[in-house]
Amino acid sequence: MTSAPAAPILKTSHLLGIESLSPSEITALLDLAETYVVLNRAPDKKAAVLKGRTLINLFFEASTRTQSSFELAGKRLGADVLNMSVKTSSVSKGETLIDTASTLNAMRPDILVVRHQDSGAAELLSRKLDCSVVNAGDGAHEHPTQALLDALTIKRRHGGFENLTVAICGDVLHSRVARSNLRLLAMMSARVRLIAPRTLLPADADRFGVEIFTDMKQGLAGVDIVMMLRLQLERMAGAFVPSTREYFRFYGLDREKLGYAKPGALVMHPGPMNRGVEIASDIADDIAVSLISEQVEMGVAIRMAVLDALARGIA
Amino acid sequence: MSNRRIAFRNARLIDPASGLDVKGGLLVENGRIADVGPRLFNDAEPGDPEIIDCHGLVLAPGLIDCRVFTGEPGSEHRETLETASEAAAAGGVTTIVTMPNTNPVIDEPSLVDFIRRRAAATAKVRVAPAAALTRGLAGETMTEIGLLKEAGAVAFTDGDRTVANTRVMRRALAYAATFDSLVIGHAEDPDLTAGTATTESEFATRLGLPAAPALAEVIIVERDIRLVEMTGARYHFGQISTRAALDAIGEAKRRGLPITCGVSAHHLMLNELDVGAYYTFRKVKPPLRPESDRAAMVEGVANGLIDVIVSSHEPQGADTKRQTFASAAFGAVGLETLLPAGLNLYHDGRIGLSALLACLTSAPARLLGLPGGILAKGAPADLVLLDEGEPFVVDEKALRSRAHNSAFDGRKFQGRAQKTFVGGECVFSRR
Repeated sequence: MTSAPAAPILKTSHLLGIESLSPSEITALLDLAETYVVLNRAPDKKAAVLKGRTLINLFFEASTRTQSSFELAGKRLGADVLNMSVKTSSVSKGETLIDTASTLNAMRPDILVVRHQDSGAAELLSRKLDCSVVNAGDGAHEHPTQALLDALTIKRRHGGFENLTVAICGDVLHSRVARSNLRLLAMMSARVRLIAPRTLLPADADRFGVEIFTDMKQGLAGVDIVMMLRLQLERMAGAFVPSTREYFRFYGLDREKLGYAKPGALVMHPGPMNRGVEIASDIADDIAVSLISEQVEMGVAIRMAVLDALARGIA
Repeated sequence: MSNRRIAFRNARLIDPASGLDVKGGLLVENGRIADVGPRLFNDAEPGDPEIIDCHGLVLAPGLIDCRVFTGEPGSEHRETLETASEAAAAGGVTTIVTMPNTNPVIDEPSLVDFIRRRAAATAKVRVAPAAALTRGLAGETMTEIGLLKEAGAVAFTDGDRTVANTRVMRRALAYAATFDSLVIGHAEDPDLTAGTATTESEFATRLGLPAAPALAEVIIVERDIRLVEMTGARYHFGQISTRAALDAIGEAKRRGLPITCGVSAHHLMLNELDVGAYYTFRKVKPPLRPESDRAAMVEGVANGLIDVIVSSHEPQGADTKRQTFASAAFGAVGLETLLPAGLNLYHDGRIGLSALLACLTSAPARLLGLPGGILAKGAPADLVLLDEGEPFVVDEKALRSRAHNSAFDGRKFQGRAQKTFVGGECVFSRR
């Protein structure tokens, strides 16, 4: 990459959620990410847009995938990257978080990437820190870079979002991925369906401009994209669904259920997968339908685009 | 199923589902109703079929009893599916909905399958198993409602137990709604009723019995109505016993909620005073209530707010009933006295015969999605021929049930089943 003076893209100095983005910002981020897809496939993957900058990855929740994706994105753009994994402690979380924020602020980072188990944590940090904050997942609220990488994956396959029907299936109730995705897809004029048992649908889900199905076969009928969500193990044993075998029988994506989707429909999953719970192995591993590896690749490119855009300053 | 042709002639046909009440005949072929109507077999004797002359007696759909406890599996000394089915057949009941309160509890698809196989091999009437709503009836985690429904469970219930934890109940109802499954609830606040034997009243005080306030019922009724409103689940109160509960359910029905309720024959026929001198065969769950509540139950059946009448058949042996009132088990058998107890309301002029039979046939069939409970072409030939006027005295020793703990021993009734047919097969004939 040549380092010509780049035009600003974002209207804010943080990326806290899809909610605060506009369609034109999203389109610009996706376009920028395309250039990083090319870079990442080249032998020399280095650019200098973050040369001299400091990026801190602050992860209060374990995450191999997202953390390494941000780390790689930062390093490829030439930043100094510091990874901090913070174990959840029993002390009052709000207080600890603000204390941590002031400590980090004193180290003068340029960008802080944060993941936290509580919704609103990234927002709180953005108000306490002088640097840009990227939300890498907060509670059940938002995971904007996941939605952006999913959008990039879809756009590269379909060219755009209009006239596309996307089904988001599974634990919508606890999912920040679902919330960010449905916001983004609705903003980009895709039709969104939610498919889940009623125990895993959030209150007033119908107010989000989506169609809701509790029967997966009906919900998948004619869809272009099937987005599966991870069902966390502790939610399977009777609290929200009675068992993994029942969940897989009615909400696990297998060949039979996928057969109800549009011919050639593609399957996505944010990972990590529970094989045999929400998705059958033969589908997860079928490169003709599964976009799962491609999502991971797009993840690095989209995070490079986000870091680049934040470094450019406010439009 | 019989593949014979059987012609019933000279019957008073009563079909609550269609409102039919007319003299006529009915033809059975291959276990199903092939024809039914006023002019059928009036004059000419048809060629081949076997003829049953009904002599003007009532021919109605066989009864569907939504609340039957058996001892199979686990307590076969109290009752098996076979002995319960014999009692049912003698009572004009052609389908029993079995409660999951057995040992083991019916909370696994393979156990639903077990009940269905045992019933097919041993029972004279149809057995429609209800499965547990929570695992082990413990009220903590929901069962595999989807898989259990596929295995043949017709409803989900913890039987005579109330799910105490409101969060568990909320999720179980929301999950059941996902599969449009019927949940049958039992309304007795478990903390208020723990360790008690009867309902709180002057009478209980005189007897010195541990008693629970009757509002233990309406507290749960109102809670569950709110949860139904939120979750959209189809909900049936298995049996209610108080005016307060009936009023709350009436209000919920007026608001269009998918709520129904039942009442047991005991709570229509008996009040708390019938406990008399610590008569343990009348220790039932929920307990017998004051007369004003009993009268409200009769009123509820008469005005249609109560949808179904059940036997709440619960066999207990001498070991569990020959005890002090406080220590004795709850429950009374009732399959053979369900129809006579119901007919008592008819003879008292409280309800028409067809409306009464609706509570015992078409209403439970609709509730549970069962094909019977109706006299229509193509419906299963599950029939009862009944003499609504025949007087008799209940003799507990003559009951077909393996257990004889009837709350109605010595009671004079008027009207009972004469013949019972399941799939066109005669499974009971008096004399």
